[in-house]
Amino acid sequence: MSAISQAARASRSGAGGQTLTWPRWVAAVIAVAPTILWGAASIGLFAGIWEVLWAVGWADAKLLPPPHIFIGNIADQAKFFNTVNRWQIGAGQGGVPSSAAAVFYTILATTGRVFAGLVIASTLAVTIGVAIRYFRVFGRLTLPTITLLAPVSPIAWLPVAIFLFGIGNGPAVFMVVIALLFHMVLATINQIDNVNRNLINVARTMGASKRQTYMRVIVPAILPQLFVVLRFNLFAAWMVVLVAEATGVGYGLGQVIMLARNTFNPSLVFFTIALIGVLGFLFDFAMRLAQRKLLYWVPQGTAVLRGL
Amino acid sequence: MRPISSRNAVVCRDVAKVWAPGTPRAHEALRGIDLDIAPGEFVVLLGPSGCGKSTLLYLIAGLEDATGGGLWSFGDPVEKPSPERSLIFQEASLFPWLTVGQNVAFGLSIAGRPPAERAEIARQTLQRVGLSEAIDKRPDELSGGMRQRVAVARALAMQPKVLLMDEPFAALDVQTRAKMQDFLLDVWRVSGASVMFVTHHIDEAVALADRVVVFTARPGRIKTIVKVDLPRPRDPFSPEAEALRRHLTAQLQDEVDRAFAEQEALVAS
Repeated sequence: MSAISQAARASRSGAGGQTLTWPRWVAAVIAVAPTILWGAASIGLFAGIWEVLWAVGWADAKLLPPPHIFIGNIADQAKFFNTVNRWQIGAGQGGVPSSAAAVFYTILATTGRVFAGLVIASTLAVTIGVAIRYFRVFGRLTLPTITLLAPVSPIAWLPVAIFLFGIGNGPAVFMVVIALLFHMVLATINQIDNVNRNLINVARTMGASKRQTYMRVIVPAILPQLFVVLRFNLFAAWMVVLVAEATGVGYGLGQVIMLARNTFNPSLVFFTIALIGVLGFLFDFAMRLAQRKLLYWVPQGTAVLRGL
Repeated sequence: MRPISSRNAVVCRDVAKVWAPGTPRAHEALRGIDLDIAPGEFVVLLGPSGCGKSTLLYLIAGLEDATGGGLWSFGDPVEKPSPERSLIFQEASLFPWLTVGQNVAFGLSIAGRPPAERAEIARQTLQRVGLSEAIDKRPDELSGGMRQRVAVARALAMQPKVLLMDEPFAALDVQTRAKMQDFLLDVWRVSGASVMFVTHHIDEAVALADRVVVFTARPGRIKTIVKVDLPRPRDPFSPEAEALRRHLTAQLQDEVDRAFAEQEALVAS
């Protein structure tokens, strides 16, 4: 890290010191208030319609239990999250976690798999994509295969995941990686090809080597758009991880849905769907915060997706 | 081919450039360019859009290879880009992820100079372009004119002997452009570098040039070279400037007409 950037950071943190923290926080709350209110109104509207349908007797509580029912008996549903032990052969009854802890572990397990998959997939994709453009022969050898594999549904890889990794975290993470990898490699290449020529020419006239041009110009230039691609693919990752879990590669939210299906428990299905929705939203929110921190130079509202 | 005797900043001999040669899309951008630029000289390349004057800058910068003839800079053949010949574009093309100071120090950091020296040179260079305050700012916090001054500072930090400027002020409003022209003349005087400045604005040529090189429409050839002997700072409304403007306009008019006719023929076909 250069002296300049350190000086820059010092002066920036000095300028935005404690005095500004409180008003900025208040301003932030005021800024997001309409979003939150509209979000609440939107969810309230659909939950309300559902409740009305239940009240007039059109929605059968046994098949389509309205929110007040499936959220109302959280404690009752939470006990089904105790899927942890179903796959831990030899675990004693004394080691069974409480219902709340089981929900927490299940959420943690699924979220952890999605996160691990995203990190591995994006690291691999950027590395492979850059290597394809950097080493011509490597590109010629790998790109056709990657293009061929990209349209294959990740579900088709499920047997491979189980052959390779058996049961546990491995296959679920593998599925997330496979679901994202090929698209992200292609996106990386596309971004590299579209880097502003002038930025590259500036580096070249300054005497930058090929390596320096890639590391200092091309990679930082493609990161913002790749982050957007990653956020788009986040939803695909959530879908795939549920399928992987449901097919019996361990415990997790997918496993709970499967259990609910097998035991004909609509309340548990909707409760889990609500959980997944909230988790997906929070994950996306966290990624937007990360984007703002990591890609500080991207103006807000251009590369960033608007809306929720 | 004439022998290269002089130590001129830039020497072009019979330079030609064909884009995409041997393909159906091939088109001839430059033909038979002979041009010598003296050290410290300010030369404006004037011509209609698409006449190949930007192409010539790219060839001199070493970013593209000529398809005919030869180019030399201070006696050495131009084979690849060099920090001695800095190119400045219409857009400032600053790296948005770096601060202004880091942008100015970019070339130095590529060259592996120590951080303390980089910071010092960046500070001094920004002072020269009047942007000391902006050193820790990010490019998107600056106005268009300020960004272009940072781009000039980034080039100056490498102590170039030739500044190649490709319509650098074309995207700026008229008032800012006039300011930037004065600024550039100041920088040029202090740096002692040669400047090759591409524009299609006759006023800009009148305000800046020691010599104006007028290009023909495609393929780009040198139509005429006009020496400008007006003292600086120049009064754009003096009779001499007026006469020069009229002369350049007349020279350019045929070429603009030809370029238009050619474009219309292209659209028609």
